[in-house]
Amino acid sequence: MNSFRAVFKRELKGYFATPIAYVFLVIFLFFAGYLTFRGGFYEIRQADMRTFFSNLPLLFVFMVPSTAMRLWAEERKSGSIEILLTLPITIPQAVIGKFIAAWCFLGIALLLTFPVPLVVCYLGDPDEGMIIAGYIGSFLLAGGFLAVGSFFSAISKNQVISFILAVVACGILVYAGMPTTLNYLSAALPPSAISAIESMSIQVHFDSLLKGVIEFKDIAYFVILIIGWIAACSIILDERKTS
Amino acid sequence: MISVKQLKRTFGPIVAVDDISFDVAKGEVLGFLGPNGAGKTTAMRMLACFLSPDSGTASVCGHDIIRKPVAVRESIGYLAENAPAYSEMTVAGFLSFVCDARRITGNAKKEALDRIVPMCAVGSVYHQTIDTLSKGYRRRVGLAQALIHDPQVLILDEPTDGLDPNQKHEVRRLINNMAKDKCIIVSTHILEEVEDVCTRTIIIARGKILVDSTPAALKEKYHCSLDEVFRKVTRTRKSA
Repeated sequence: MNSFRAVFKRELKGYFATPIAYVFLVIFLFFAGYLTFRGGFYEIRQADMRTFFSNLPLLFVFMVPSTAMRLWAEERKSGSIEILLTLPITIPQAVIGKFIAAWCFLGIALLLTFPVPLVVCYLGDPDEGMIIAGYIGSFLLAGGFLAVGSFFSAISKNQVISFILAVVACGILVYAGMPTTLNYLSAALPPSAISAIESMSIQVHFDSLLKGVIEFKDIAYFVILIIGWIAACSIILDERKTS
Repeated sequence: MISVKQLKRTFGPIVAVDDISFDVAKGEVLGFLGPNGAGKTTAMRMLACFLSPDSGTASVCGHDIIRKPVAVRESIGYLAENAPAYSEMTVAGFLSFVCDARRITGNAKKEALDRIVPMCAVGSVYHQTIDTLSKGYRRRVGLAQALIHDPQVLILDEPTDGLDPNQKHEVRRLINNMAKDKCIIVSTHILEEVEDVCTRTIIIARGKILVDSTPAALKEKYHCSLDEVFRKVTRTRKSA
């Protein structure tokens, strides 16, 4: 088992060794369910999961940074980063190992929402492709926010600061694509700039996936977002590991 | 096995390590002495490839610390200052993780754990979480993770800090037993430990090497105890 896999395994097991995982999962599942039914799950009188998926970006803006904030801030504060980075592992391997473990944990949280699609399939005849595309989009959305959160976790030893910065950054990524924001900005910026901002918004690409069509441009957006922030995390960690 | 050439490291305006050079061969136990803030930990962190130098280089077991840091880390066992560990893990889980990270698997892993647990006397706390351990036991767990892969080179930053006299004696005995087959660098503030364990001493202050000699030669030269040698050298000399 190489060092990357050792880090991944340690991280994933570590979530479930403390109450962190269970508290997170309970809160996430509660709010995911509550917001779904409050948003008119039955009232729309259609067997689909739009109301479930449409609430996820804003839920993830707060929930994912709460997972990401401890990724590196805790290691730096406790000094265990010195153990990790003196094992035969490179910084990118350590960063990716922790990221993938956290992403898997968020994937487990999404999988635990299985009662919702089960109920939808039982009560009606939904388009399963849209549901699958919605879950893929949600998983990519979680990964994108997690990459952003990892970066801010590496920036500060204080988990609260990391959390707040990550929430703000993820919030900007979501709100940049909202019609109200674009309308507001259109008064000051040219159409080309508005279009560029819209294409950089995570909400736009997530909404595109929710339509049930998995387009290359949307997948590429998430992949580039994740790779970019993870690369930045590696660089900043190398600079700040001893500070 | 360790060759250090003009290593330098600064943190902003502070020169933590200032052009130090030395070699350490197999069978030597080098004692790194110096006041707080002298640069001992920074130098050890560079050799362990946790920090990269601003200039200069070093090689450990023939691997350059800048060009082949992973190979260097494979060759060394490093005990960091304050013996950090993952507090939420049990001793067993933590040592198992270190084995996995160092690619010690299967029967080799079982043998390594069976060897290291009695060697570092962590059997009685093997299934306890690290955050419940005393300072002494945490240091022993740190020592265990540094020794578990039987490395050729050991870099130990204050290995007996926080241990009671009996535990200190055991750790020193362990270092003496390993000394002939390994290359060991030990940093310590405990001068009796230097006389007990070290075959050579480097005194470092303000990032510079002031003295590189053996404990016996130093005592003979200065006609006083090692304690007084340390005081004389670090208080009277501004630079080498």
